[in-house]
Amino acid sequence: MRKPPPNLSVIEPSRVVKRFAAVVVIAYALITMVPMLWIFVTSFKSPQDSIAYPPKILFQPSMEGYVNLFTARTRQTSEYIASLPPARTWYDKLVRSHGMVIAGPSRFAERFWNSAIIGFGSTFLSIFLGTLTAYGFSRFKVPMKDDLMFFILSTRMMPPIAVAIPIFLMYRQLGLSDTHLGMILLYTAVNISLAVWLLKGFVDEIPREYEEAAMIDGYTRFQAFTKVVLPQMLSGIAATAIFCLIFAWNEYAFALLLTSSRAQTAPPFIPTIIGEGGLDWPAVGAGATLFMIPVVFFTILLRKNLLRGITFGALRK
Amino acid sequence: MIAWLFIAPTILLLLVINIFPLIWSIQLSFTNFKANRAVQGIQNVGILNYINILHDEEIWSALQITAHFLFWTILLQALLGFSLAWLVNRKFRGHSFWTTMILLPMMLSPAVVGNFWKFLFQPQIGLFNYVVSFITGADPSSFQMIGEVKLAPWAIIIVDTWMWTPYVMLICLAGLRSIPDYIYEAAEVDRASAWRTFWSITLPMVAPFLMLAVLFRGIENFKMFDLVVNLTSGGPGSVTELASINLKREAFEKWRTGYSSAFAVILFVTVFGIANIYVKFLNRVKQR
Repeated sequence: MRKPPPNLSVIEPSRVVKRFAAVVVIAYALITMVPMLWIFVTSFKSPQDSIAYPPKILFQPSMEGYVNLFTARTRQTSEYIASLPPARTWYDKLVRSHGMVIAGPSRFAERFWNSAIIGFGSTFLSIFLGTLTAYGFSRFKVPMKDDLMFFILSTRMMPPIAVAIPIFLMYRQLGLSDTHLGMILLYTAVNISLAVWLLKGFVDEIPREYEEAAMIDGYTRFQAFTKVVLPQMLSGIAATAIFCLIFAWNEYAFALLLTSSRAQTAPPFIPTIIGEGGLDWPAVGAGATLFMIPVVFFTILLRKNLLRGITFGALRK
Repeated sequence: MIAWLFIAPTILLLLVINIFPLIWSIQLSFTNFKANRAVQGIQNVGILNYINILHDEEIWSALQITAHFLFWTILLQALLGFSLAWLVNRKFRGHSFWTTMILLPMMLSPAVVGNFWKFLFQPQIGLFNYVVSFITGADPSSFQMIGEVKLAPWAIIIVDTWMWTPYVMLICLAGLRSIPDYIYEAAEVDRASAWRTFWSITLPMVAPFLMLAVLFRGIENFKMFDLVVNLTSGGPGSVTELASINLKREAFEKWRTGYSSAFAVILFVTVFGIANIYVKFLNRVKQR
């Protein structure tokens, strides 16, 4: 066997250092993943197992958490349950084995759906407005450009609760409280700062010469924008859209204060799953797991652009 | 003028959804308006709300709690984040996979994170108590992270640090990667010790990045609401009642709209002022 080449570069860390770094980082990563894995595992426990001490790592998997998440149940006497026609589905059977009957669906699916509508709606609007504005700032001499850009960014610094007070009053007057449209407009206003700052960075990276050439060939400014610049921005737009979507998906404070029965999203709903007994942790785990899976998926998809997204485009790789 | 066709829609939206409400807030802050009452009977009270806030012990206590939370979360996240970034930058095999795993918590919904940490912190049955008792041998039912006055402020710091250390790490990592190799090679030629190299090259060159991370974390944690309200609801008593949680109580539970608008204006001016000063400071560091 050949020996590996000796370390010539002075900046290449030695093997011992590398090994040490690997051990510490991997240990940190594993520890940091425990809380997430634990909530995932808990979603497949029965309520009794979820509150067992010492915590159970091996247990009989159960779908009770998911069933409880999606259904509303009522407790019934065993005579009543015996008098019912035989259970048709596995979840009917599961619920009846605990002396309960499914009364109907819970509101979780509805909340989840609201999250999706509001998330996609506001993302679409933010990207639409953000792309136009980013292009405008990138390509034209706009008076007070820096001040306007800072103004757009500063709207993001306001504490959401402070913003919610007048928005609450305004929406009440306009009839926008607890509506999808109201939440879409509000999340768009919050996300637009991120969209403009990120997208401006992406437009800046596209050489002006392309559009100039297209305009010499007879394209109007708008055609040059849609046919030349836009296609080159697509990957940047996709990354920005995912950031907007994740923000809207995760947002809690506005949703808590401005929505109730009609347009409520999942984040303010999940804490209420625990219910009155306060012991249905598997259902909470199930709700949290279903809610977080899309985010984990998108984060992995985004990893090359994460730095850019979290610093509003201030840092690129 | 064609530029305005591109920019105006965004500015218009922000004027309607951000600036108009802000001006309305400022106006309300000089009144005794209560949003759950009829419109009649609004009185102009001048700067009374502002004077009362300055003498409101609850608000001072909320600001102190916020300061404690800010100080410790930023300190811990800066130390841990920088160390992790330095280690990841040793580029061991598989480092990018593990980096992505470490980054996951910061992308999750803070409200949901608050909820599931509440589960981990449950007295007796919680995994956190189990792990602590396993390591230290303490009785797992002898302490309650979110139920005790002494521990609850640290519980919120632990969770915030768990969630946001990756954020600081990612920014520091960008800083470390921005240092060109030839500087280290020059240091080697000059036979600078590893210690000296770290203090004279690595740290000063990462400093602006670290400060950017601290700025963003500072603003975010000053506004902190969703994670903590789901974890502790401000309790026990009000030992974890941060400024935003206090504001929510005043505005949406006590319905003192005028009074809470004044507090909101003060909070906004504070964030804005600190951010402005900090950005100037940061620019000076960058130019050096």
